[in-house]
Amino acid sequence: MTTALDTLGRLESEAIHIFREVAGEFDRPVILFSGGKDSTLLLHLAIKAFYPAPVPFPLLHVDTGHNFDEVIEFRDRVVAQHGLRLEVAKVQDWIDDGRLQERPDGTRNPLQTVPLLDTITQHKFDAVFGGGRRDEERARAKERIFSLRTAFGQWDPKRQRPELWNLYNGRHRPGEHVRVFPLSNWTELDVWNYIEREGVELPDIYYAHEREVYLRDGMWLAEGPWGTARDGETLVRKTVRYRTVGDGSCTGAVESDAADIHAVIAEVAASRLTERGATRADDRLSEAAMEDRKREGYF
Amino acid sequence: MSDLLRLATAGSVDDGKSTLVGRLLYDTKSVLADTLDAVHRASADRGLSTPDLSLLVDGLRSEREQGITIDVAYRYFATPKRSFVLADTPGHVQYTRNTVTGASTAQLAVLLVDARKGVIEQTRRHAAVLALLGVPRLVLAVNKIDLVDYDEVTFSRIAKEFTAHATALGYTEDAVVQIPVSALAGDNVVEKSDRTPWYSGPTLLEHLETVPVEPDPHDAPFRFPVQYVIRPRTAEHLDYRGYAGLVAAGTVKPGDEVVVLPSGRRSTVTKIDTADGELAEAAAGQSVTLLLADDIDISRGDLISVAGNEPVVTDELDATLCWLAEKPLRPGARVLVKHGTRTVQAMVTDLRDRFDEQRLSSVDSPASLELNEIGRVALRLAEPVPLDDYSFSRRTGSFLVIDASDGSTLAAGLVGAPLPLPDNGVESCTGGGTAAPDSHALVSPGP
Repeated sequence: MTTALDTLGRLESEAIHIFREVAGEFDRPVILFSGGKDSTLLLHLAIKAFYPAPVPFPLLHVDTGHNFDEVIEFRDRVVAQHGLRLEVAKVQDWIDDGRLQERPDGTRNPLQTVPLLDTITQHKFDAVFGGGRRDEERARAKERIFSLRTAFGQWDPKRQRPELWNLYNGRHRPGEHVRVFPLSNWTELDVWNYIEREGVELPDIYYAHEREVYLRDGMWLAEGPWGTARDGETLVRKTVRYRTVGDGSCTGAVESDAADIHAVIAEVAASRLTERGATRADDRLSEAAMEDRKREGYF
Repeated sequence: MSDLLRLATAGSVDDGKSTLVGRLLYDTKSVLADTLDAVHRASADRGLSTPDLSLLVDGLRSEREQGITIDVAYRYFATPKRSFVLADTPGHVQYTRNTVTGASTAQLAVLLVDARKGVIEQTRRHAAVLALLGVPRLVLAVNKIDLVDYDEVTFSRIAKEFTAHATALGYTEDAVVQIPVSALAGDNVVEKSDRTPWYSGPTLLEHLETVPVEPDPHDAPFRFPVQYVIRPRTAEHLDYRGYAGLVAAGTVKPGDEVVVLPSGRRSTVTKIDTADGELAEAAAGQSVTLLLADDIDISRGDLISVAGNEPVVTDELDATLCWLAEKPLRPGARVLVKHGTRTVQAMVTDLRDRFDEQRLSSVDSPASLELNEIGRVALRLAEPVPLDDYSFSRRTGSFLVIDASDGSTLAAGLVGAPLPLPDNGVESCTGGGTAAPDSHALVSPGP
């Protein structure tokens, strides 16, 4: 007697199928891995897809230099634990040699695109796994699981291929690559429920902790290499956690007492704010901020 | 009851699909406060007095500029009874390919019509596409019922006309449900309307929460396209050789006799492996790794099938294509066919007919198949491939037609002819459901 797969079982099975399709059809895949929850989940699923063999892909982190220390420590520990290969593209290197310029507002999230594309070209990566989910944002809701990018990394929503049944068409011309999103059909709550079910370890900053923060544009930002409170902003000690982890200059913390996975799930289920809306300044820039960044080659 | 329903929306442009989906999300409280604030702001910027719920789903800049949906969008919402994955597909004729995309994995489709216009060309085309792709259940949402003063006669006329068309396409009457709604005003979407006292059926959401979802048939013969061979070559797993894949149909247990196609070699399943340990059985939809008793040559592209009830292995087939490319198909075209995990070269040796989805008739030997047209073809493959009929198995009876030069997807392919075609081409969609209901393709979709 078999029981039908539950929602998490279906999502897991679909993600594993996608990883194996890419392994079977591409020459040089890579997994984007920042140590954040979505990319940690991605790696967890990749490990399951190829068990008991090792994951047949390297990892890539585009490092803005504005990371939380806890996340970088976590990243390096996970890489060592699973005997994986990690490539790091440092935004600072691109700034130092003049290929990129620091923005007046100090945020480095938009600066990730050029190092990402340069590294894809340099290593001839032909499939790049990302942890993007369609429930995150309206432009992402239109994303395919296999998303074709031009040699300039650009996304043209009108040129996307129809995605039929579970047959993925990964054919591409030399220089083009395909972004692959195994978590496309997961919601934020699915991610947390699955993390609980599987006992996936995450960086501590996803759980409630005390931190010095200051309020800017309605978001609690932490001090770091990206800067600190300006005139009129005061540092206060608060119990917070992060719902998303990105560049420190534009990722806000939320006030929360959710110190463990069960409390986080209860909080996410009851939340009246989207994950990105609550914590990401970069998505607030305009009505189509995400679409515009995706067209330029951002994830 | 299944806890997940995959559904697609379809309908003509301006029928209010995005507004309906926005209403479902809004009334099920699936829209969070910041998203809603953004919609209120954007609506006010456009000079609207009430929030334009279509802005919840129309995500691309050109969509918001033109006030239409261009690309299929996926939405996720849940009620205490069920989770839903909704493919919101565009209504413009040139975007019918997205309806094909949404329908290929849907267990139910909501087809919208405008109560003022009734069943129109695009309604008939979409219903034909949904039937062809084997979407098991339909809901006809007669939208903008407020604009016909909640008139029962208008609703009944449209419902009857549509049901006749759907029946001719092979749907049984209980597979089609008709609901009068106003997405704008909220009537019968989530909340029951007191302005349609003559309607005693469920609201749209009530129906979506309770409609039976056909499970993958457990008695279907086992099918397993091999995706990848797992060979760790570590000290611990020196001789491990596992075949990774997703069960496409049926079930498998250790001890089962299997045959590997196209080679025809036989073996026995010794173990079903996963990262969470061995399984006593695996069923359709599960990603697993199979280990076999014999050391035989198996690689990506092969299909492992139950012995004794195998698919036909052939290099010639009849198929139905939904043509999705601007460039028309002409007889003699050389293409690639991606079936399961195998991609082979192919030639279209004959263009047998083109389906007229308005009249439910066919046109013999057309010169070409154009964008959004459906037709039957004969294909010759460069090598033999194990094939099931689409009406027998959605996962092993489907394939992609790919352009070898630029890699684009040209067509959705279905092995066989899943649509019942009446012999006489003058059958009208208002002529009543005389065609015998067909059990075509009423199987649960993947993945």
